[in-house]
Amino acid sequence: MSDTPIHRGADRAARATPARVARKVRGLSDRAIAWIFVAPTIFLLLAVNIFPLIWTIRLSFTNYRANRLNREPEWVGLRNYERILTDSDTWASMQATAHFLIWTIALQVLIGFALAWLINRQFKGSAFWTTIIVLPMMLSPAVVGNFWSFLYQPQIRLFNYVIAFLSGQDPSSFDILGSVNLAPWAIVIVDTWMWTPFVMLICLAGLRSIPDYLYEAAAVDRASPIRQFFTITVPMVLPFLMLAVLFRGIENFKMFDLVVQLTGGGPGNITTLTSIDLKREAFEKWRTGYASAYAIILFVTVFGLASIYVKALNKVRER
Amino acid sequence: MDRAPVTGRNITKTIQLASASALALVGATFGTAAAAEDLTLCWAAWDPANALVELSKDFEEQSGHTMNFEFVPWPNFADRMLNELNSGGQLCDLMIGDSQWIGGGAENGHYVKLNDFFEASDISMDDFADAAVYAYSTWPKGTENYYALPAMGDANGWFYRKDWFTDPEIMAAFEAEHGRPLGEPQTQRELMEIAKFFQGREIDGQERYGVSIFTERGSEGITMGVTGALYAWGLEYENEPGSYDMVGAMNSPEAVEALEFYTELYECCTPPGYTNSYMGESLDAFKSGQVAMAMNWFAFFPGLYADPDIGGDKIDFFVNPPQNQEASTLGGQGISVVSYPDKQDAALEYIAWFAQPEVQKQWWALGGYAVHDAVLEDPAFEESQPFAGDFLQAMNAVQDFWQEPTYAELLLAMQERVHNYVVADQGTAQEALDALIEDWTEVFEDDGKL
Repeated sequence: MSDTPIHRGADRAARATPARVARKVRGLSDRAIAWIFVAPTIFLLLAVNIFPLIWTIRLSFTNYRANRLNREPEWVGLRNYERILTDSDTWASMQATAHFLIWTIALQVLIGFALAWLINRQFKGSAFWTTIIVLPMMLSPAVVGNFWSFLYQPQIRLFNYVIAFLSGQDPSSFDILGSVNLAPWAIVIVDTWMWTPFVMLICLAGLRSIPDYLYEAAAVDRASPIRQFFTITVPMVLPFLMLAVLFRGIENFKMFDLVVQLTGGGPGNITTLTSIDLKREAFEKWRTGYASAYAIILFVTVFGLASIYVKALNKVRER
Repeated sequence: MDRAPVTGRNITKTIQLASASALALVGATFGTAAAAEDLTLCWAAWDPANALVELSKDFEEQSGHTMNFEFVPWPNFADRMLNELNSGGQLCDLMIGDSQWIGGGAENGHYVKLNDFFEASDISMDDFADAAVYAYSTWPKGTENYYALPAMGDANGWFYRKDWFTDPEIMAAFEAEHGRPLGEPQTQRELMEIAKFFQGREIDGQERYGVSIFTERGSEGITMGVTGALYAWGLEYENEPGSYDMVGAMNSPEAVEALEFYTELYECCTPPGYTNSYMGESLDAFKSGQVAMAMNWFAFFPGLYADPDIGGDKIDFFVNPPQNQEASTLGGQGISVVSYPDKQDAALEYIAWFAQPEVQKQWWALGGYAVHDAVLEDPAFEESQPFAGDFLQAMNAVQDFWQEPTYAELLLAMQERVHNYVVADQGTAQEALDALIEDWTEVFEDDGKL
């Protein structure tokens, strides 16, 4: 036997093991011992992940209400699913979520990449500006929501004054949080302000991973800077960008706190994202069975979309 | 009435509740409790709650029990406390819950039924205002099944800047414009007229607005506001009480007109950005001098009157103006004993103490709205505060939202439909009310009521 620290440690452990335990362990295969070590983790996973999922699936076929404990839940088959999928309010919240998701991701990718490209030039003071830029993502969403609701408040008018200065409109002529047309953009602006730095950091990591010799070789071949950008920079950063899109997509699909602070889902239902709608069904209306079906539909949607996306991401990385 | 099935659990609970009542009776009869307990009373965080803390010191001295208080801000009050009740939580021994919770409290077994206790303790519901007993204590409505003692009478009322209303220049301008003197509105239409008059008017060098009304989306705000107009136009929820037959009642032409009125009031006469305002925002708008008139619960009126900047001579109050009839939206709460903790005997002692006429008088004096006859029928009551007469008038014509066990769902549906129409300008008033009936029908069907 070799005299390495690991083997010495194993020897010590073997000597310290009581004889009775040692006899029992000696009778077990390596596979059985491995199972003994892994079992608590698997049990924990089953208890906190799989069991609730199975329980939710079961509840989704009932009319169970968590606030009516003295009433036996009835089996309602697919009625909850049918109601959700034919409910115009559900589709309205899906549309609101899609609007929020598409625009926040598009803006964050564009601005984040642009900022990363600028920061990567390593100009004087770039470290300072990097710190300033990443500050918003360090704040709590609740703080950001409150802060921006003051900025948007038409009587304080800070945001209105900025827009009025740029557009020449009367600052008191619009209320971004109270307007059906503007409120969806109000939440897009705040989320973009807060999370663009995150995309920027990932893009920056991508940009800094590109070896300089690629650009040197391209320069020797007299490739223009634009050509270098599209044939070297973009393909090399693309996997990083796609990863950022995946993270932001998953995060924004379940967006709740920021939007609740800003608009509460209003005016009307205009900014009621699916997560807010689901919370209302589950913990305000207490339609637990219905909310379970809603949660399953959302889970399948996110899981399906994420799986397709990850496959695409892997293909890009293999190229 | 739908009764809960007779199960072993129910029987056990009934025995437990009966035992608790009996224990409390023993305590009440012999004057002192067997052991000093730590009691927790749960309510909303607002001015009257502070008054109750003061009042309860007397109970602590008399009983030897210690009172703790769990006060939750209004926007989160229902969420937090209904979660507590639904989960069978032990936090609250006493709950001053909203009037609309009484159905759920009774049918889901959250509240202890108090009939036997009242009888044995000589507490008579005849000693309290009828409207308050009906609204805060009974389930099913109007029956002699009591699950709470009326604790805090309240209704939605109005207050205004008396100093502006009596300013000769403003008065002259109003009279010239409308051909009648400026004064407290006698109808909802007059209220809008006055609100339009003040909207955008410059007073003391500042731009002012007409009214602040409730438009809040998340909890109960816009429903509590809009029902002020709906009830004044004569709204009934059902064609026959208890029938759940709502078509033609809830979406009657009068209801549509009232909803359109409220929307116009919101559009014409509120300050910019009042898309999600409730009690706090209404008070802020008034205290900061933005609005001429504001709606809010009577519970806030003592604090407003005492305010050094806008209170005293600068403020006056009026009851919700009638249109087709006199009516005000009911607020207020009853105090119940929660069935889950094991300190029900001490909690019942608190109820017995609180029901005493002298304690009720002290409650009113401290700023709580007592609805005991000893307070309301006192000849000096109407003059005791500048809003006392309005309070009496309002309480005589209050109407409340559904108090069904499915109250939360019914309320959220109305919040959604009304906010969509009033604030988000989606569809018409008729469509909003028709859709609301559909939502409510579904809720009642799910609950087995239809």
